[in-house]
Amino acid sequence: MLTKRIIACLDVHAGRVVKGVQFVDLVDAGDPATQAARHAREGADEIVLLDITATHEGRQTLLDTVRRTARELFVPFCVGGGIKSARDAEQVFEAGADKVSINSAALADPALISAIGASFGAQAVVVAIDARRDPQAADPVREAQVFVHGGRKPVGRRVVEWAREAEQRGAGEILLTSMDADGTRAGFDCDLTAAVSEAVSIPVIASGGAGTVAHFADVFARGRADAALAASIFHFGVSTSRSLKEELAQVGVPVRLPC
Amino acid sequence: MRITVIDYKAGNLTSVLKTLRHLGAETVVTDGDLSLVESAERIVLPGVGHFAATQRLDATGLTGAIGAAVERGVPFLGICVGMQWLYAGSTEAPEQPGLGIFPESCTRFAESAEKVPHVGWNSLDVRNGSRLLRGVEPGEYVYFTHSYKGPVTADTAAVTQYIEPFAAAVERGNVMGVQFHPEKSGEAGLKILRNFLAWDAKATAC
Repeated sequence: MLTKRIIACLDVHAGRVVKGVQFVDLVDAGDPATQAARHAREGADEIVLLDITATHEGRQTLLDTVRRTARELFVPFCVGGGIKSARDAEQVFEAGADKVSINSAALADPALISAIGASFGAQAVVVAIDARRDPQAADPVREAQVFVHGGRKPVGRRVVEWAREAEQRGAGEILLTSMDADGTRAGFDCDLTAAVSEAVSIPVIASGGAGTVAHFADVFARGRADAALAASIFHFGVSTSRSLKEELAQVGVPVRLPC
Repeated sequence: MRITVIDYKAGNLTSVLKTLRHLGAETVVTDGDLSLVESAERIVLPGVGHFAATQRLDATGLTGAIGAAVERGVPFLGICVGMQWLYAGSTEAPEQPGLGIFPESCTRFAESAEKVPHVGWNSLDVRNGSRLLRGVEPGEYVYFTHSYKGPVTADTAAVTQYIEPFAAAVERGNVMGVQFHPEKSGEAGLKILRNFLAWDAKATAC
């Protein structure tokens, strides 16, 4: 049976894993390669490394980090942050990533999705969407808006429509972050996730708001998510993929339990 | 052990090469140098993306060279589209023939409520006697990402269920294929690749 994926996300700044709220007050949370290997060992189905430096000078550091992290990692490995061109993506793939996550660059130039897919396959292109409900709208979920710049700037597009366009242009997966839920630890936005998941045939990864095991069970059932991203709940050994998955299995969620 | 990895410009070889090297293999890559196929000790044909990309194997003469190597008994492993290429063809690109070791064709998953592509970790139901999958525990999970698949036949080494049962692995003598990505399937995948590296033509099936 196809299982629901638990994806560990590492925010990386200047070659180190960092933890912070809204990218301020960053706390060092270790070496990316060590952390990624630990997550894979503890049962994470996939690793996402998100570069939050995203400066020109930081690119070489990032590629070194990707290379070091990929070396001993034998589960799918996705890298995001600062990928603006097919050439940027190619460098990340050559360093050992299996997938790239693109966000604002895809909004600025949607042809980038098919350009990367043509060389590396659709399965290698994850389109990340930062979403907020539109409280003014008749249907705040179906009319939820796409945002950029950490959720501060709306781009004037509806989330569901952009997800559909991304799929048509050859995206392999959608990584949907609810900016309303992000950082709250009050649960994923299940209604929004379900609206996107029902609109596309490609997998949807839910992100933002995870605080408890029940939140994950909820986003898989009610939110129809195919995978869920877990970031801060894993840091500093608070909760491991293994314990999260064991608890999910107990409530009937199909998960891969590594031996 | 030297592995000849075939590059037909469909996706990224980095993961496969890295994993084979991690397991102690020496790798050489060819995108048209037939001598590297003629002298191969083992051949791996990776691949993601569209079946039509295998046209390049015909255009470069690699199809003929690989076919001859397989005839000589060189162990061959096709991964993902590389496995599908072992069949007569695929409805994804009906005009493009495969190697035809297995006479059936690959088809797209049937329309259903489930999503296509099939992406993620799914379990293997291993058939008795597979040498490639020796030691793989019942129900072990591996990582898939595909929309087309081969049918379950007598050559199927492992079956996976998604929408319908399909061939997750195929094996006949020295010819092996896996629909999943062993290089991305954690310890289970490494075990399968180790079996391929250790495959001995003189050994008999268990």
